[in-house]
Amino acid sequence: MTLWMIGNMAAHSVPSTLKRLLFAVKYSPLQSRCCAVQREAQYSTISIPSEKTFDKILIANRGEIACRVHVKMADEAVCVGSAPTSKSYLNMDAIMDAIRVTGAQAVHPGYGFLSENKEFAKRLAAEGVAFIGPDTHAIQAMGDKIESKLIAKAAKVNTIPGFDGVVKTAEEAVKIAQEIGYPVMIKASAGGGGKGMRIAWNDEETREGFRFSSQEAASSFGDDRLLIEKYIDNPRHIEIQVLADKHGNALWLNERECSIQRRNQKVVEEAPSTFLDPVTRRAMGEQAVQLAKAVQYSSAGTVEFLVDSKKNFYFLEMNTRLQVEHPITECITGLDLVEQMIRVAKGYQLQHTQDDIPINGWAIECRVYAEDPYKSFGLPSIGRLSQYQEPLDLDKVRVDSGIQEGSDISIYYDPMISKLITYGATRAEALGRMEDALDNYVIRGVTHNIPLLREIITHPRFVSGHISTNFLPEVYPDGFKGHQLEADAKRELLASAAVLYITAELRSAKVLGTQRVASTPVECSHWELCVELGEERQDVEISKSGTVYTVEMDGAKVEVWGALNLASPLLPLTINGTQRMLQCLSRDAAGVIVLQYLGTLFKVRVLSKLAAELNSYMPEKVSEDTSSILRSPMPGTVVAVSVKPGDTVAEGQEICVIEAMKMQNSLTAVKQAKVKSVHCKPGETVGEGDLLVELE
Amino acid sequence: KEEAISLVTRVKYGAVSATVPQTSLHRSCRWYSVSHLSVKERIDQKRQAALQGGGQQRIEAQHKRGKLTARERVQLLLDPESFVETDMFVEHRCADFGMEQDRNKFPGDSVVTGRGRINGRLVYVFSQRGNSILCDILFVLQDFTVFGGSLSGAHAQKICKIMDQAMTVGAPVIGLNDSGGARIQEGVESLAGYADIFLRNVMASGVIPQISLIMGPCAGGAVYSPALTDFTFMVKDTSYLFITGPDVVKSVTNEDVTQEELGGAKTHTTVSGVAHRAFENDIEALLNLREFFNFLPLSNQDPAPIRESHDSSDRLVPSLDSIVPLESTKAYDMLDIIHAIVDERDFFEIMPNYAKNIVVGFARMNGRTVGIVGNQPKVASGCLDINSSVKGARFVRFCDAFNIPIITFVDVPGFLPGTAQEYGGIIRHGAKLLFAFAEATVPKITIITRKAYGGAYDVMSSKHLRGDVNYAWPTAEVAVMGAKGAVQIIFRGKENQAEAEAEYVEKFANPFPAAVRGFVDDIIEPATTRKKICQDLEMLASKKQVNPWKKHANIPL
Repeated sequence: MTLWMIGNMAAHSVPSTLKRLLFAVKYSPLQSRCCAVQREAQYSTISIPSEKTFDKILIANRGEIACRVHVKMADEAVCVGSAPTSKSYLNMDAIMDAIRVTGAQAVHPGYGFLSENKEFAKRLAAEGVAFIGPDTHAIQAMGDKIESKLIAKAAKVNTIPGFDGVVKTAEEAVKIAQEIGYPVMIKASAGGGGKGMRIAWNDEETREGFRFSSQEAASSFGDDRLLIEKYIDNPRHIEIQVLADKHGNALWLNERECSIQRRNQKVVEEAPSTFLDPVTRRAMGEQAVQLAKAVQYSSAGTVEFLVDSKKNFYFLEMNTRLQVEHPITECITGLDLVEQMIRVAKGYQLQHTQDDIPINGWAIECRVYAEDPYKSFGLPSIGRLSQYQEPLDLDKVRVDSGIQEGSDISIYYDPMISKLITYGATRAEALGRMEDALDNYVIRGVTHNIPLLREIITHPRFVSGHISTNFLPEVYPDGFKGHQLEADAKRELLASAAVLYITAELRSAKVLGTQRVASTPVECSHWELCVELGEERQDVEISKSGTVYTVEMDGAKVEVWGALNLASPLLPLTINGTQRMLQCLSRDAAGVIVLQYLGTLFKVRVLSKLAAELNSYMPEKVSEDTSSILRSPMPGTVVAVSVKPGDTVAEGQEICVIEAMKMQNSLTAVKQAKVKSVHCKPGETVGEGDLLVELE
Repeated sequence: KEEAISLVTRVKYGAVSATVPQTSLHRSCRWYSVSHLSVKERIDQKRQAALQGGGQQRIEAQHKRGKLTARERVQLLLDPESFVETDMFVEHRCADFGMEQDRNKFPGDSVVTGRGRINGRLVYVFSQRGNSILCDILFVLQDFTVFGGSLSGAHAQKICKIMDQAMTVGAPVIGLNDSGGARIQEGVESLAGYADIFLRNVMASGVIPQISLIMGPCAGGAVYSPALTDFTFMVKDTSYLFITGPDVVKSVTNEDVTQEELGGAKTHTTVSGVAHRAFENDIEALLNLREFFNFLPLSNQDPAPIRESHDSSDRLVPSLDSIVPLESTKAYDMLDIIHAIVDERDFFEIMPNYAKNIVVGFARMNGRTVGIVGNQPKVASGCLDINSSVKGARFVRFCDAFNIPIITFVDVPGFLPGTAQEYGGIIRHGAKLLFAFAEATVPKITIITRKAYGGAYDVMSSKHLRGDVNYAWPTAEVAVMGAKGAVQIIFRGKENQAEAEAEYVEKFANPFPAAVRGFVDDIIEPATTRKKICQDLEMLASKKQVNPWKKHANIPL
């Protein structure tokens, strides 16, 4: 069992302001378990009390990542500057200062930011501070996409055909793309994952992709080099976790299936993959280890592969750091990767051999993002977490997050709220738990992607394992529209809303305390209501007997009972004998009740029969014509404005570019028109719904 | 005849009254003067005519305008089957301009009055018939304005009757206003009717809660009744309040203005501050009014109502520990604090779109109604100015009049400087808020979340104005002014201003100077605020405090 000393800095004294903090952590292997973070993940590693450890480790990262590196409450925190990452976590001078101030002996970089920055590793080495990660040499070799492929080829690792070199101009990009043959993929050389990655199917898209990717590369990594390579259609993204020490030992810790992505960023991951057979798994694992050994890799790393439908696999890249999705590997192998990284950095040999590495059960990770899944499967949203409750009371659920109730989600970082991990003996068990965990997860104040996550993990294609990186666009060709209710489910939803309404009505009629004029008690156990969902209106009859409500509609009966606490965001109900966890987001005087049911938010309106009848006379209020107005779909910074008043734009022409959460989004005209006025300028910060450009 | 009786029965059980064809109404109208009918038959016929209002066509016309009829409104506002009507047989007594003819007389005249229950609690209500047959007839007779008069002496008398009864039993009055103004044909009798209502509004003020919901035009003298009541709500797009309409405005001041711009819901809830809130349509307005009513005591003799609370009174609110930004110049939303502290995040805000630098409204703590006042740092730094002072003062006085404890959240940098404010009389208007807090004898709990600077600190329910419990959060700064300004005065002309400023911040920009003097009772962890307030309210429930005898105080109006 591992243990990380929990510091005494209470959570509330870490201000959720623009101050960026670094965490300095005292590390010592004591015999106890870390709370919350590792519930039920029965790690097999045995801490050896005699092993000498680092006294103080600096975690050069933020919230969720710093916490994963195990200390919700660090002993010390250092502010490294203002919110834009280039001024804080990417600011090496500030971080080096932080190291000196805290006297840290080692630095864990987390992931992202400086985790794969060879300059940073070099500077640490110069100061005699241990970098918890691979050697500079390996970072350099694998960090360069071109070099890494050459090394991979030399190490007899399968690589993607049509691989080529660094690109400097748009025209050069087009030439290379043509040589490789479309489709091609364009991305930042320095960037990991899907950041800055764009797919081009023709010359024009190549030029556009070049422009975006190079800008993004510059803003996020301070390195505008690009990479173009053959794009494999319909692939799976499967990666192998490797772990190596400084003594030439290396292991592969099985795979992670990361095919569910949106805009090339992972959304749902699982381990193991439903797709790999033991032979393929071993082949991939061995190639991954060959690569690690070829660069004298030490520490934890990930070798990413694209796998086609015939189980051919191609090396994509190697990430020389801890991955966001590492917890699922920890779940099924029982290894604590962070602990192993620290041991390796201190110079110890691996404790395990390849035969010790099991696949125990199944683990799923959902990335809970602060974003609106109804817009391109997720455009960033911001706000303050007015209510926040993780489903930690559920068995075999792990939540890695760096936020708490009251935290602000700003436009400056990745919009990830948390990683939600569930574990089970079988995949079905893990998926069932994930459903429960998502239903029990309370997030208020920002729009989040739980509706999408829950739809994915319950979708027949996902459940059957028939997935690829194109899963989302294939399953939702017209965009994500939320859960589509079937007749039974709809009745359950309407019945729940009606019962909630009646509960509130009954309470309003019960006045406590003394009054001079006595109240007339409302003694009613039968109601006739009308429930509206979208355009649909449904008459319902409700009768109450004891604590059970029977709701009749359309000749069908729905029985509802449960803890109807009007103050609680969670609404555990038993509906026709099945336990359901609904959430109530709001309830207003005009009968509008917003419920989260099966992951999706539904706005239901409950009215008395009379009110519903009279409501039909109420005029519909006209909303503004949006085709001539361009509003910001998300909060962010205006990077470029491509038009000025008087210009004529064609349908689909770029009007401006908004950068949010490190992604650049091109906003285009929906019709041909003349630009009437421009309300934004480059560099400006805009909020969601802010007017950007008006057309005539 | 049978049809008439069955209609009455159906109406009694809540069905819509408009099912009888027009011809039958005409027949019944004609029958009024027919003496061969028995008294019983005549009663039934008059009752039917009263229930019908203007008949099917008029009901449809009203619905087409997106409005409900006077009776439908009453039905929606009150608990089912609880309405007890009075004065169904009252008719106007005008004898001029042909009004004396039977065809121009209608049982009940142009207003429906009576009493009923909202969630079981007694309330008196009047609902003016904007679609009354009288209105249209008057259009024809007078062709005077679209807001042909409809308030007759009889109409006023009916309203006065229920107001008098409401006063004697101690129950609120709700007026559903939809009336153009004085009935021209009646002349001075109509004016007298207004004055009678005004007088009762004034007498009832502070005795029973009075609420006006404007659901149609309300012009001329008629506007002063809502203005005298405690709360005025409006329905968007269909209600107007003005002294004189756009035509008169044009002829007098030569201004071009639409009804909506002059006196629509948006104008009165954002610019003039005449109305306290606006709702989308009749139904939303009436349902919200029911919700609002739940917060109010029936009279000044009753305690604030207590509702069963599902939200535990000792709930900790950890998110509050980080809500106040460290930079004292950075804004945050006071509503976040209020929502997090009150029961079930349920806050009925009053005047949400007017003088937004102060937030006022009703909420519950452990089920008990409380009035909340808070400076809003998000708007104009939460400073006090003319409009916010008046808004706050009126709200505080309502709470004090009706035994509703006041909870004040303070983050105020001071009064807004400038000629506009000084010329506008910020001194006397600011004094209103000071006056209101000082004279209030209900339980007063104050939480200083951040700044409490200068005179504004005194005003915001400070200990010195008989605050019962005054708390400071660790982020509180009680001082005469901000550090920068203070240093410029204290160390004028001296070097090392920055150092002096740091020293000032160290010394004064914290809760200690106030705490050591006992001006705040405790410095509390923000997370515990809800728990503390709930405990204090429990303790203060028996608070008794009496101001010196006086005829009435002389608040600087």
